[in-house]
Amino acid sequence: MILLLAYGAVLFSFASGLLALMMNQRQVLLGLSRYWFKKFPGSHQQNQSVLEDNLQEARYPDALRQVVFVLLGLSGMFAVLAGLGVMVGKEAVTDQISLGLPWLPWHVRFDSLSGFFYLIIGIGVAAVSLYGPGYVRAYDESQHPFAALGLFTGLFVAGMLLVLLADDAFFFMIAWELMSVASYFLVAFQHENPANRRAAFLYLLMAEVGALAIILAFGVLASFSDGFTFDALREAKLSSTWASIAFVLALLGFGMKAGVVPVHVWLPEAHPVAPSHISALMSGVMLKVALYGLIRFCYDLIGDVHWQWGVALLIVGTVSALGGILYAMMQANLKRLLAYSSVENIGIIFMVLGLSMIFMDNGQPQLAALGFLAALFHAFNHALFKNLLFLGAGIIQHQTHELNIDLMGGLIRRMPHTSKLFLIGCMSISSLPLFNGFVSEWLAFQTALQVDALDNGVLRSLIPVAAAALALTAALAAACFVKVFGMVFLGQSRSRHCDKAHEVQDKGMLAGPSLLAGLCFLIGIFPGMVISLLNSVAGQLLGQTLPNDSALGWLWLAPVSAKQASYSPPLVLIAALIAGCISFWYLRRNPATVMRRAEPWDCGFGGLTPRMQYSCHAFTMPFRRIFANAWIVDERIDKDLQGAMNQDVAAIRYQLQVQDHSWPRLYEPIARGVDCLARQVGRIQTGNIRVYLGYSFATLLILLWVVS
Amino acid sequence: MNIEQQDFYTQAILSLAALVGLTSFLMLGQGRLLRLIFIFAMQGFLLTLTAALAAYSLDNPHLYISAALTLVLKVIFIPWMLRREVIQMNTHRDIEALHNKTTVMLGGASLMVFSYYVLNPVVQTTSPVMLNALAVSLSVVLLGMLLMISHRQAVAHVVGFMAIENGLFFAAIVATNGMPMVVELGVAFDVLVAAVLFGIFFFHIRTSIDSLDVDRLNRLHEVDK
Amino acid sequence: MNWLIAILQTLLFIVLAPLLAGWLKCCKCRLQNRKPPSLLQPYRDLIKLTSKQPVVAGQASWLFPIAPYLVFSATVLAATVVPLIAVDLPTSASADVIVMVGFFAFARFFLALAGLDIGTAFGGMGSSREMTISSLAEPAMLMAIFTLTMTASTTNLSVAINHVLNDGLILRPSFVFALFALILVAIAETGRIPVDNPSTHLELTMIHEAMILEYSGRHLALIEWASQLKLMLYGVLIANIFFPWGIAESFTAQALGYGLLAIMGKLAVLAIFLAIAETLVAKMRLFRVQEYLSFAYLLGLLGMLSHIILEASR
Repeated sequence: MILLLAYGAVLFSFASGLLALMMNQRQVLLGLSRYWFKKFPGSHQQNQSVLEDNLQEARYPDALRQVVFVLLGLSGMFAVLAGLGVMVGKEAVTDQISLGLPWLPWHVRFDSLSGFFYLIIGIGVAAVSLYGPGYVRAYDESQHPFAALGLFTGLFVAGMLLVLLADDAFFFMIAWELMSVASYFLVAFQHENPANRRAAFLYLLMAEVGALAIILAFGVLASFSDGFTFDALREAKLSSTWASIAFVLALLGFGMKAGVVPVHVWLPEAHPVAPSHISALMSGVMLKVALYGLIRFCYDLIGDVHWQWGVALLIVGTVSALGGILYAMMQANLKRLLAYSSVENIGIIFMVLGLSMIFMDNGQPQLAALGFLAALFHAFNHALFKNLLFLGAGIIQHQTHELNIDLMGGLIRRMPHTSKLFLIGCMSISSLPLFNGFVSEWLAFQTALQVDALDNGVLRSLIPVAAAALALTAALAAACFVKVFGMVFLGQSRSRHCDKAHEVQDKGMLAGPSLLAGLCFLIGIFPGMVISLLNSVAGQLLGQTLPNDSALGWLWLAPVSAKQASYSPPLVLIAALIAGCISFWYLRRNPATVMRRAEPWDCGFGGLTPRMQYSCHAFTMPFRRIFANAWIVDERIDKDLQGAMNQDVAAIRYQLQVQDHSWPRLYEPIARGVDCLARQVGRIQTGNIRVYLGYSFATLLILLWVVS
Repeated sequence: MNIEQQDFYTQAILSLAALVGLTSFLMLGQGRLLRLIFIFAMQGFLLTLTAALAAYSLDNPHLYISAALTLVLKVIFIPWMLRREVIQMNTHRDIEALHNKTTVMLGGASLMVFSYYVLNPVVQTTSPVMLNALAVSLSVVLLGMLLMISHRQAVAHVVGFMAIENGLFFAAIVATNGMPMVVELGVAFDVLVAAVLFGIFFFHIRTSIDSLDVDRLNRLHEVDK
Repeated sequence: MNWLIAILQTLLFIVLAPLLAGWLKCCKCRLQNRKPPSLLQPYRDLIKLTSKQPVVAGQASWLFPIAPYLVFSATVLAATVVPLIAVDLPTSASADVIVMVGFFAFARFFLALAGLDIGTAFGGMGSSREMTISSLAEPAMLMAIFTLTMTASTTNLSVAINHVLNDGLILRPSFVFALFALILVAIAETGRIPVDNPSTHLELTMIHEAMILEYSGRHLALIEWASQLKLMLYGVLIANIFFPWGIAESFTAQALGYGLLAIMGKLAVLAIFLAIAETLVAKMRLFRVQEYLSFAYLLGLLGMLSHIILEASR
């Protein structure tokens, strides 16, 4: 039953993709329906008229888009149901599909871990399907055909779902590639711009290099076992060295997809150029699939994790978290900023996962479960709020045709609903109490604070430092999203577009983000729901659930023991409401003190202009100065001087370019190396046919020698 | 072995150890020479306290002598001499810009962890207090070296050198309850001689290259660039 | 009963916070040879502000008038968590010390947004600086607090203070570091000299004041009150974590009375120290603050290391 739901989700997403192909086949459909109703005339008069109505030229595109997204939404709902079902049922279901090569059926296994990620995908897809119809309507059909967008969206979602179902390495890689290639086409969707094509190519390149690393990792495991099914790989007996090699390869491969520093560069290039609902899916959901791959590979397939891997993950995660948020802070492009912030969040998840591995290998399975749970919880939360923020950015782009936050401002008055939803997203991602981001961060801190359970002194001193880095990350994230919200929604508009912007009309475009925002708040108040689901994942994978989960009842969150730490968001919410209401009521009871509106203080110069406001780069200037070494900053101020002594400044031009360290440090040397190698190889291509004949001849001789 | 179970003497020694470690860190991050010397004197004062405390609680009167020696030499004489030197050289207003202060400080913190890690197997058999005190003194030694590496002024090098000696002295008091008197006097004399020698050395560098910046000594490189 | 005491002490927090500010001002005036205002002056200011008509900039959005209430509520919530006169509070269990830091972050988030709302240069400047300083202060603060929580192996403040109380007088090197780190952070976070000057309105130096420049009337009162509350919160944290003696362990009237006297005494002494420091030290340049805070962070780190190396070695 559960498996049927899971298959249903996949099939619906395929169907939505295929249906999108019908965009240009209106005549065919019309003919088909006439034929059908001619052949089976009966009581379907009403249906016929509805169908005919929708097949009219004017209404057809809209109707088809609706149907495509409804199918996608159904896929999301089925995925949610399947995921919930398998996590509640706590039973893994297996199956075989006789597709592909005759002697290599596709093995399918659907357990709690897959189920949890199914849930993440399902929620994301459902929100996108509400949002999509309104968003894609703005695309010009001749330039950006919906058929391509819909088809690849469907394939992309199906690919992600299939990755979670896979139970053998072949099937896994096929699904993985389906996901990667489909998303490549989505990134390249707006291909008229050369920069977009370049971003898409970079994405494809890195996705394929990552896939190679994953294949090699599977290969290492497979060489110690008989077969490519995950069951066989689980049985593989690896020496510690080979296991570590497999781990490093997997970390490289999955890390490339997940976007950890320094292999994150495709992320800030690819996410901004894809359509917003696709960026939401890629950032909120696809990165989680990579995380799933890593978890499946380390915890399930290799089995016994080493604490050294945990340290590696902890360091990679810390670097990604700090690097991601610092880079995010310097961006002026809203979607680029969000992409970098995904790097940060993935870093946090990796950190906590690393903690869990360290505890696991040091004989503290309960604490390992706590870390594991915190990591997955943060993955879930990130999926919610990053989806929300990307959809919000999509609305802003849709209404203002602008992504540069230095040209926005004042949208809170023009787009009241969007601004509220976006604010919730910002609060969640800045991990403020009462929202979901805080809960997972709190759990992460609780995990880090259990270091006293370890024997190794170096680990015990390393982990608190990582915890402080986590604190710094959280604080910087808050600063970054204050900047985002402040620059985009508050203040006065900095451009004409934003001055003319108005709230989005399409209900669906608000419904999708509203769903996510509601979940963000709900889970922030009642985290117990998700945690009990996650407990079943941890139970199935680690054989260990959280201790003392419900010792204090559902109102409370006490991950270790009630005496050590507890947090009760509902009580906090009630207290906040009481405090807020009393102060509100007390201060406003006097009618004489009604608020009066007046001009703001302008230092007596008369009239504030939008250009007097702090801009995005001005806001982050102190950070730029304090963390100067984190970026390659190219800052130039040109002054036009004139007047008697050349003292009057007539005009100032300010130029700022902030670049990632990873390009000149890592990628350009690699690119040069590859170029150099290619030239070397090119040397054997003389172009002379006799030389080529000589190569064949030499090959033949060597082969004969080998054979003899 | 938690700190709650230790007696007051051990707690006090550990706190002093922590403070000695702190002064080492402060020296590492200090760019102004006069403050550097002041912190060095503070470290000497903490050592004096340690020695006096050890003398008192272990009932070991000759440690009083070494406490007094430390007080005279490391709190009064050497800082005074260095201070005079700096003021004469007119370098007390210079701020030495450490190139990457954060890296140096983080390096210092990891040196502390490293010395703890290194000493862990060495002192398995003895009490944990010993391990801790030794770890702190080793890290003081290492931090002293790092200080010499990261600073350019010759005066800072002398301070770093003396800090190394301080680390050894601390280990000697805590771990062995004080060395034999002869050794102690010998070391004190050595330090005194070293200080005087440094004074002469400064004088010569100053007269020859008119600065105490040791990077200027690079010019003495024989190979032409 | 427990809950009653918890609510009571939260109210005490709210009521006493302006008094602490008044006392601090008094001490400072005395030290600087000025005639101090009455101890009750902050109360008078607050009452006066609440009875005035607030003026809000024309282009302000809904966020602007809401923000003071949010800031005040978040700060009050943080106050419910910190044991003032008695340990063993139920509220400390519902939100631990990390949540308390979260409440501060919450308040700051909205204050910074409110600063950006009108679109004046001052507001943006204040917000930018405030977020910079706080994002450097937060890790230092958590480092200092982690030292405490690892010693007591709990993040529940009541339990942690109880732990320190039960252990009696122990010289912990880590606590010395943590204390200094927390003091430095407290000065930065409450906007005192040398990081920020609460009594300045000089455009180049103000941080907190720049953010709230557009506020008036009851909104300003709430924000002022919240910042007084924050000052007191940090004071109580320092006093009760590192010198918990005197705090009530049972809920008898006598113990509570002693607890109240003890904390008032401790805060009075702390305020004197703060006043002396503010008189002696000059305000730093903005870009010296990072050095100051990284020193606080270093202290916190050393505290943590000395906890691990010196105190809990095995």
